[in-house]
Amino acid sequence: MREDVVEAADTLRARVVSAITAQSQTTVTVLSSLLAIEEELRYIPPQAIEEVATSEGVTVNDVWAVASFYTNFRFTPPGKHIIEVCWGPTCHLLGAQSLLDRVQNALGLTSEGDTPDGNVTLKYNTCLGACAQAPVVAADHHLHGRATGESVDRLLNKLKDEA
Amino acid sequence: MAETFETIQAAANAREDMLNGGLRIRVGVALCGEAAGAFEVLEALKGEVASRGLAATVQEVGCIGLCYAEPLVDVLLPNGSRVFYKNVTPEDLPAILDAAASGTHSPSNKVLGTLGEAGAPGLAKIEDTPQWKYQVRIATRNTGTVDPGEILEYIAAGGYTGLAKALTSMTQEKLIEEIKTSGLRGRGGAAFPTGVKWGFLQGSNGPNKYILVNCEEGDPGAYNDKGLVESDPHTVIEGTIIAGYATGSNYGYIFLRHGHIGPTRRAQDAIKQAYEHGLLGQNILGADFSFDMEVAFTGDSYVAGEETALMEAIEGKRSMPRDRPPFPAQSGVWANPSNINNVKTVSYVPEIVRRGGEWFAGIGYERSKGTAILCITGDVNYPGMYEVPFGLTLGQVVNEIAGGTASGRDVKLLQTGGPLGGVLGADSLDIILDYEGMSAAGAILGSGGIIVGADDVCVVDLARTLMAFCQFESCGKCFPCRLGMTHLVEMLERIAANKGLPEDLELMRSTGKTMAGGSLCGHGQLGFNPISSALKFFEEDFRVHLEEGRCPTGSCDGPFHRPTRTRPVATAEWYAKEEYVAP
Repeated sequence: MREDVVEAADTLRARVVSAITAQSQTTVTVLSSLLAIEEELRYIPPQAIEEVATSEGVTVNDVWAVASFYTNFRFTPPGKHIIEVCWGPTCHLLGAQSLLDRVQNALGLTSEGDTPDGNVTLKYNTCLGACAQAPVVAADHHLHGRATGESVDRLLNKLKDEA
Repeated sequence: MAETFETIQAAANAREDMLNGGLRIRVGVALCGEAAGAFEVLEALKGEVASRGLAATVQEVGCIGLCYAEPLVDVLLPNGSRVFYKNVTPEDLPAILDAAASGTHSPSNKVLGTLGEAGAPGLAKIEDTPQWKYQVRIATRNTGTVDPGEILEYIAAGGYTGLAKALTSMTQEKLIEEIKTSGLRGRGGAAFPTGVKWGFLQGSNGPNKYILVNCEEGDPGAYNDKGLVESDPHTVIEGTIIAGYATGSNYGYIFLRHGHIGPTRRAQDAIKQAYEHGLLGQNILGADFSFDMEVAFTGDSYVAGEETALMEAIEGKRSMPRDRPPFPAQSGVWANPSNINNVKTVSYVPEIVRRGGEWFAGIGYERSKGTAILCITGDVNYPGMYEVPFGLTLGQVVNEIAGGTASGRDVKLLQTGGPLGGVLGADSLDIILDYEGMSAAGAILGSGGIIVGADDVCVVDLARTLMAFCQFESCGKCFPCRLGMTHLVEMLERIAANKGLPEDLELMRSTGKTMAGGSLCGHGQLGFNPISSALKFFEEDFRVHLEEGRCPTGSCDGPFHRPTRTRPVATAEWYAKEEYVAP
């Protein structure tokens, strides 16, 4: 785990608890609580599993079952920035694979994952929902359509500058 | 009851008249607009209007469907002329505003055309373009025009009059009869008659009854559900409340994937506004009917869009499908009677109630009534979201509306209905767009996605990416689906790499058969479709790979990346630290 994101365990637990209790909707569940925590912390630490189990009155294994199912959850802190490349069929036909190749080479990765310096996380996205602008890439959840090798390079450089 | 519906309507109309009396500029900022840079344009526009001290109202709207022209800027001049600018960049804005201030339009190379009765001197009408003239906009009647963040604008456009009519003059039975008369069928893919489905729930008893509106929409290539929720959330909400009234339900959920920020924001704000105006909550519009609504989320899971898996996700569990029976109308979410409708399906309801079932049944083709909301993407000149009546041919859709291929090459294939749909050949362009015609051809209309590929695409490559998606998204409950798809991807990858075995085609077919027979939900049952249809229309591509050891187009020769794992995995360290056991 990266040094700069290691928080004191009790601070982390307090943030987890406040994310669970701050949910404003009527229907609060294991899944909604995990999503709220992920939104707050960007990952699911072990304390989250325990606290959701307590608040929902279920076992840690019940919570872990849900957390390990949905592909958006992760259990270690992600990079400072996240870049998502869509690999849906429309983007695939319009060149997503070569963009993936380019991003991975630029980041020194061979697949999805985090750069060793912890600056960028690369994620393959199944569909970013803007297929008319394919191929689509998202940087820190902002969509960029009609992506080209050059436009992706510019995005990556911007993320590096914001490191 | 603070205000009557008539007073709300009067306020809405007064507001609309005030806005239309001045310069009104709208920017489409739905997902496709965002991807094209619409937010940058919007910010620059606000800055420019402010620095000029221009008396203009700048509004955010959703997607009008002409996605190829995004970012779109829609300028309504005080004289009633409505001018659309296409592919706008911040640099274009000074010229656009100069022209708008003097009641004209400029720069001419950025003008898309004019829309609406008023027209504009010297400008082509958008209504006359192939992208618009085939459309019959019912569910999408407001998208891109009405501010999705402002309920009064929806009401000024005739919104909530369907609900008011239902509550004041129609019984549950009459409403369900009206929907049956309309011939409306589910737009999520199964095409089940909506009125019949509502009848099941109406006849069911329970302490709570739920209307679940499915906007999970994991289908790559389709974005019409998200587009509707993001561009006109009140249509979805009004349709849901009417469904609730017709079936005697008391609670509704709009079910969205977490992380789709635009649709989430719009849906939540719209629900809040509906409560504020007495259109949700206790005794809606003074009637003896109460209905509550909120947004529920799933994590990333394609199968969560399956109706029983959706209920599991709302309950906060893994989104794995349930066995049926019992069916949702008897025992759905938290074992209460429930009805699941796709976003598109409920979006037709307000207009059907307003204008009558007979009116809706008069649109469409044979047993497919009304319209299809298509998302046409891929190698085409005019990708977009188009609402067209059933009965057009696929050729009209692809060659006229979407303007043929952008590459200028010949159309080779159409991939329809999401990844579980089929791959059709170019000879399918004669097929009539309706449920029966599509399924007779071996494809489905599904969610309305149509992806066009030209003759530079190898079908093995497309089948490989479709199957990789299906394998990634299998929930894992049924082993024929979980393992079958894994093997199918492996086989397709080795065929693409020209290392296929002679028996691979036969092995794929037998795997597909096992999946179809041994899976609980459509994901496994239909999961072989991409390959079976590819083999039906394009066996030649497979043969070239297997027998000649080469890719017929070269599209399989590059690298192929797909996710290396399908579920989140914690490190050994993580397990050791807290001594958890994976279930």
